[in-house]
Amino acid sequence: MQTFDLTTADQDFIAEVESRSHQNLKTCYQCGNCTAGCPYTFAYDYSVSQIMRLIQAGQKEAVLQSRSLWLCGSCQSCTTRCPNLIDVALVMDVCRHMAREAGYATERAVKVFVDSFLKSVERHGRAYEMGLMVAYMTRSGRIFTDVDLAPTALMRGKLPFKPHPVQGREQVARIFERFRQGGING
Amino acid sequence: MRIGVFICHCGSNIAGTVDCPKVAAKALTYPDVVFSTDTMYACSEPGQDGIIAAVKEQQLDGVVVASCTPRMHEQTFRRAVERAGLNRYMFEMANIREHVSWIGKIMEDNTIKAQELVRMAVEKLRRNRPLIPKRFETVKRVLVIGGGVAGIQAALDCADGGQEVVLIEREQSIGGKMAKLDKTFPTVDCSSCVLGPKMVDIAQHPKITLYACAEVESVGGYVGNFHITIRRKATYVDWNVCNGCGLCLEKCPSHKHPDPFNENLCTAPSINIPFPQAIPKKAAINPQSCLKLTQGKCGICATVCPLKCIDYEQKDELVDVDVGAVIVATGYDLFDWHKYPQYGQGRYPDIITSMQYERLLSASGPTGGQIKRPSDGKEPKNIVFIQCVGSRDRSVDRPYCSGFCCMYTAKQAILTKDHLPDSQSFVFYMDIRSPGKLYDEFTRRAMEEYGAHYVRGRVSMIYPQDDKLLVRGADTLAGTQVEVQADLVVLAVGAEAAAGAAQLGEKLRVCPDQYGFFVESHPKLKPVETNTAGVYLAGACQGPKDIPASVSQGSAAAAKVLGLLSKKELESDPAVARVNQPRCVGCGKCIQTCPFGAIKEVADRFGNPKAEVIDTVCQGCGICTVTCPQGAIQLEHFTDNQILAEVQALCPPKIFANYE
Repeated sequence: MQTFDLTTADQDFIAEVESRSHQNLKTCYQCGNCTAGCPYTFAYDYSVSQIMRLIQAGQKEAVLQSRSLWLCGSCQSCTTRCPNLIDVALVMDVCRHMAREAGYATERAVKVFVDSFLKSVERHGRAYEMGLMVAYMTRSGRIFTDVDLAPTALMRGKLPFKPHPVQGREQVARIFERFRQGGING
Repeated sequence: MRIGVFICHCGSNIAGTVDCPKVAAKALTYPDVVFSTDTMYACSEPGQDGIIAAVKEQQLDGVVVASCTPRMHEQTFRRAVERAGLNRYMFEMANIREHVSWIGKIMEDNTIKAQELVRMAVEKLRRNRPLIPKRFETVKRVLVIGGGVAGIQAALDCADGGQEVVLIEREQSIGGKMAKLDKTFPTVDCSSCVLGPKMVDIAQHPKITLYACAEVESVGGYVGNFHITIRRKATYVDWNVCNGCGLCLEKCPSHKHPDPFNENLCTAPSINIPFPQAIPKKAAINPQSCLKLTQGKCGICATVCPLKCIDYEQKDELVDVDVGAVIVATGYDLFDWHKYPQYGQGRYPDIITSMQYERLLSASGPTGGQIKRPSDGKEPKNIVFIQCVGSRDRSVDRPYCSGFCCMYTAKQAILTKDHLPDSQSFVFYMDIRSPGKLYDEFTRRAMEEYGAHYVRGRVSMIYPQDDKLLVRGADTLAGTQVEVQADLVVLAVGAEAAAGAAQLGEKLRVCPDQYGFFVESHPKLKPVETNTAGVYLAGACQGPKDIPASVSQGSAAAAKVLGLLSKKELESDPAVARVNQPRCVGCGKCIQTCPFGAIKEVADRFGNPKAEVIDTVCQGCGICTVTCPQGAIQLEHFTDNQILAEVQALCPPKIFANYE
């Protein structure tokens, strides 16, 4: 197991997570309610309460490299149960953003899927399922992911071969453009 | 006038951020100040001796001490100037610690502020005059409100100390929460066996009058002379005659309403004696469920009662008592866990509170001491205890630790193993708080000898699975999720302020804190006193407490009362309102605004109406002073002239400021 040097806790990292999430992380007293309720604990490397603890300890690298950030489903169970009223799901979200900015994607497939989804929305104004699946499969290399569901989905018309015409496509694309120029977060 | 000024360093508390010698030097320039010095600790013996010596050597006739808050040491210094031969009201205190040094960091600014506060005190002192307190006799009787273990202890100690005691209890029997418990930690001795004899002592003590089913209706008067009106609620049974034979209980046909003494785990008859050891052991009718009182039919209890003591026409009765002191021991309530959605909010019968579990363990409980789960009466095998339910949780506005839940949970885990050797207890905890004598050893015993499985983490959901409850929680030490297939879940509910405490506090003028517990006069040095003279606190009404702490506090409050009533006479504070009769126009506005009823209307020798203050009732709040359109009513020691002199010292009129 790793040894964390507590004296070199990254105070800037703690401050950044706190300011971007608007949460006071010092109020977390490690009761474990978030971990207890989380439906993805089985898949995590660090449980939610451990992520919270690592942030408190200023262990930036350990947090941003955690696979848990990418596996979080944002179901808000942790936020709902927190006795200290911390929006834990938001903290996970902020850390995921910070991991992406720092160039980490420890669950690459999740990142690829999210990117493919956003790209699809940008181009078509809404998700184009067939295009999204193709983009995801080619970029992730996971050709046969969920391929068994394809016949049923095709039969029900859930996987059309052409994108839906959507009104306001340009406006949606402009949102992405504004984001790239830093206009939305700023 | 010759005034002496003493600037206290309070070690580094004041001197750290205030230039005390400079403040002392500046004070010498104030009018009438003939002596000024700074001192390390004014309150210490050498400090006080210094003040006394200065008064004598300099022939001072007034003293200003600039130090801490008057709440801390005003009495100390008043006694010191009295020892020096001055009247104790020829003394003023400037608070340069709480109001200056502790709240500001800039030395220069602090020093200026301290100088101004001293200047104000000097200006006020120049207008002080000697005041002589009046003396009055005290009523040698004590009222104890609440018959839990704290109230019982306080009542017995007061009575043994020779004072008459009136003990009132809201419920039908004294005993409080402790009477419901099966065993007590850390000795695991039987709760009712240790409490029972004390309850009997209450009933038999010649100096104790017990009113059960009674509440405080109103409170008047002041320390030494309280006038209390007690409402004795109708029990529909003549308690002077009833001998508690219990025949009516057996024959009552309406016995389907929940039994509050057994925490609603079973039902009770509409005429009932809550438990076998009840004191007083008298029957009372529940007017909400009694067929005779709700529908006008039945009347069986009246027929079967061999002493004919049932009286359906009984009304509430008001009793007046005069007492010299009041001890408040109203206890606490248990947190209502239904606020938590994760515990099912009452959908699952096998999730119960710790107090319900206590009744299941008790031999006098609804199951005769057999642990049976409420849903199907089966013996549970896996039992989950969840701690901190309604404690240390901001989301339900209960951020405080209730203090005793860790211990009673360990006790219940031990008792569970004793009752059901094949059972397995799982305790979900956040931290184990067991700082009492033999307490930590006790929790260790629950784990080491009785095999209770302690899990550090909380429970996030409970849902039914077959005939069991699936409890999902976290083990934060292992960093994982854990699941238990439980047969029974016991919630260690925390303590909260008793229902009705706020209303009682209003009547007694005792402050509740932000969670509704009563506030003591000083958190360390006056733990059982309140800010209302003559009213004392005992037990969990002041904050969550276990039995030993409650008993200690009951005895402590009794000691305070005995000390108070051992004095033949008490002195009243002479800083009360006084009417300048020639100026009073008899409009009566002060009589209407006085919150204490301390002003009465009298006639002067020409028959004109005039206001008059009853010295011993007046609390010196000053409301009448600002109400009086004539300025005819003045608060001694805080007259308009004195307060205006202080204001003027702080904000001098421009012309004088320029002149200076």
